[in-house]
Amino acid sequence: MVAPPAHLPSPAPALGNDEVLRIRNDFPILNRPVNGQPLVYLDSGATSQNPTSVLEAEQEFYEQRNAAVHRGAHHLAVEATDVFEDARETVAAFIGAGVDELIWTSNATEGLNLLSYSFLNASLPGAPAEAARFALGAGDRIVVTEMEHHANLIPWQQLAARTGATLDYIPVDDSGALDLEAAARLIGPRTRVLAFTHASNVLGTINPVNDLVALGRAVGALVVLDACQSAPHLELDVKALDVDFAVFSGHKMLGPTGIGGLYGRSELLNAMPPFLTGGSMITTVTMDRAGFLPSPQRFEAGTQRISQAVALAAAANYLTETGLARIHAWEATLGQRLVEGLEAIPGIRVLGPAAGRERIGLAAFDVAGVHAHDVGQFLDSRGIAVRVGHHCAQPLHRRLGLTASTRVSTYLYNTTDDVDAFLDAVAGVRPYFNA
Amino acid sequence: MSLDQLYQQIILEHAKERHGNGLDAGAEFPAGAASGQSHQLNPTCGDEITVRVSVAGGKVSDLRWDGEGCSISMASASVLTELAEDLDTAELQRIIDSFREVLRSRGKVAADPEILGDAAAFEGVSRYAARVKCAMLSWVAAEDALTQALGRQES
Repeated sequence: MVAPPAHLPSPAPALGNDEVLRIRNDFPILNRPVNGQPLVYLDSGATSQNPTSVLEAEQEFYEQRNAAVHRGAHHLAVEATDVFEDARETVAAFIGAGVDELIWTSNATEGLNLLSYSFLNASLPGAPAEAARFALGAGDRIVVTEMEHHANLIPWQQLAARTGATLDYIPVDDSGALDLEAAARLIGPRTRVLAFTHASNVLGTINPVNDLVALGRAVGALVVLDACQSAPHLELDVKALDVDFAVFSGHKMLGPTGIGGLYGRSELLNAMPPFLTGGSMITTVTMDRAGFLPSPQRFEAGTQRISQAVALAAAANYLTETGLARIHAWEATLGQRLVEGLEAIPGIRVLGPAAGRERIGLAAFDVAGVHAHDVGQFLDSRGIAVRVGHHCAQPLHRRLGLTASTRVSTYLYNTTDDVDAFLDAVAGVRPYFNA
Repeated sequence: MSLDQLYQQIILEHAKERHGNGLDAGAEFPAGAASGQSHQLNPTCGDEITVRVSVAGGKVSDLRWDGEGCSISMASASVLTELAEDLDTAELQRIIDSFREVLRSRGKVAADPEILGDAAAFEGVSRYAARVKCAMLSWVAAEDALTQALGRQES
């Protein structure tokens, strides 16, 4: 991690409303009205807003350095390559990875597909010997959890269907936690892949990564972590967590859309067959065959998302300077305020951990007698932005006996006033719809 | 546009008192009529609806449905049921076409109460792109079911 900047007293005081109000000045969009009212943005779990430094970084790249990277000898190409690789170094350090262990992707979904398709390539006849550790076949098992986002579910479902492997689900208990005893029973000698989310995008649960990694390690499974809801909000160290792979999306951590990252242990990445092939990822190409570069270029075919990578590095710097531990603590405070407030409103059922239990700064809930779409519409009329629907987690909603829910999610730019405005509005939902 | 313009009283009432709601999945199609049935899903929220349309003597003899969804989708199905009763099949198709034109117009096409009756109350939904599918769900199902019923009638 980057050392905290000198202007912050050490240790920096806890994040609170006063500092958050200053932080908000860095986010132009938070000043716009919605439906004639100040915007209360509580949908950062879907996508976060961008500080000026991120917007300027992307613009500066196009105004001053725009060129294709890793080719061409002209000055702009050199500068573009430098800032692109500097961005990789910054973001790799942000998650605790080595610089050759961070592959740029479009988003976490692409990162997970990259893995599943690379594993599929490893499972095909004629795959190189070093790829055998990624190969799956009939009788092999892939283990995921009931709380996965579709992004960390469907790629594995597809891989299982194509290789003859079986997909197993670690169940979620009524408090929104994974059933670790069931996990210990499910994860066995034929488990080749164990994929799970660090923090649930619906329940807010933070999963016990160490326990799950231990179960996976004991049977030699490849461990994949979906860090979409953790990388933006808490100190993530992929080495300390000892996972084999991890994915995240830039747009959920103050960065632009179109950029994300895949972490993989270096020795795995260099043995894994590539997913996309083409320019920039090769050594020697003949009319019959091609050799591939080592990671990260091995998985970065074609012209890359250069300006987005540069902007994502600016976002990582913004988070590091503010301090992930402080952001995490503040959002935990907001999360508890949300859950306590929601549980006090008649007819509201909060999904996931009850008040007082650990959760990230988000909460999904059901309103008795009112559909989530109607809840979201009502809140929107008050300028409050939340997410409604199944949040790309249909199996989890089915497990909870729902088709849809409303989700409120906070970030470092939300105040307790935002939470209170939201709670006040939610209290008006059932009366409005005569529920 | 205010919330009350979207959620007109008629919509809130139909969302509570749902006409035509209830479809025994195992039940026989009504005798003496040609029937069609269609299931539609809104993948963004997981809402679903099944609509059955029966036709006899050139008229809609029965329209019933079953589903779960938001107030817009439930009220829309309820209003459709009321409108469709005893209607000429060609007239039902005309109403469906008119409803679709209004809903997909992004607020540009005004609803004609002469044609749409209570369904004109859904005019405001057309300004909310995310909700158009909610209002259309049962109508798309009804159109599909009607086409099936008419096909069976001819054969």
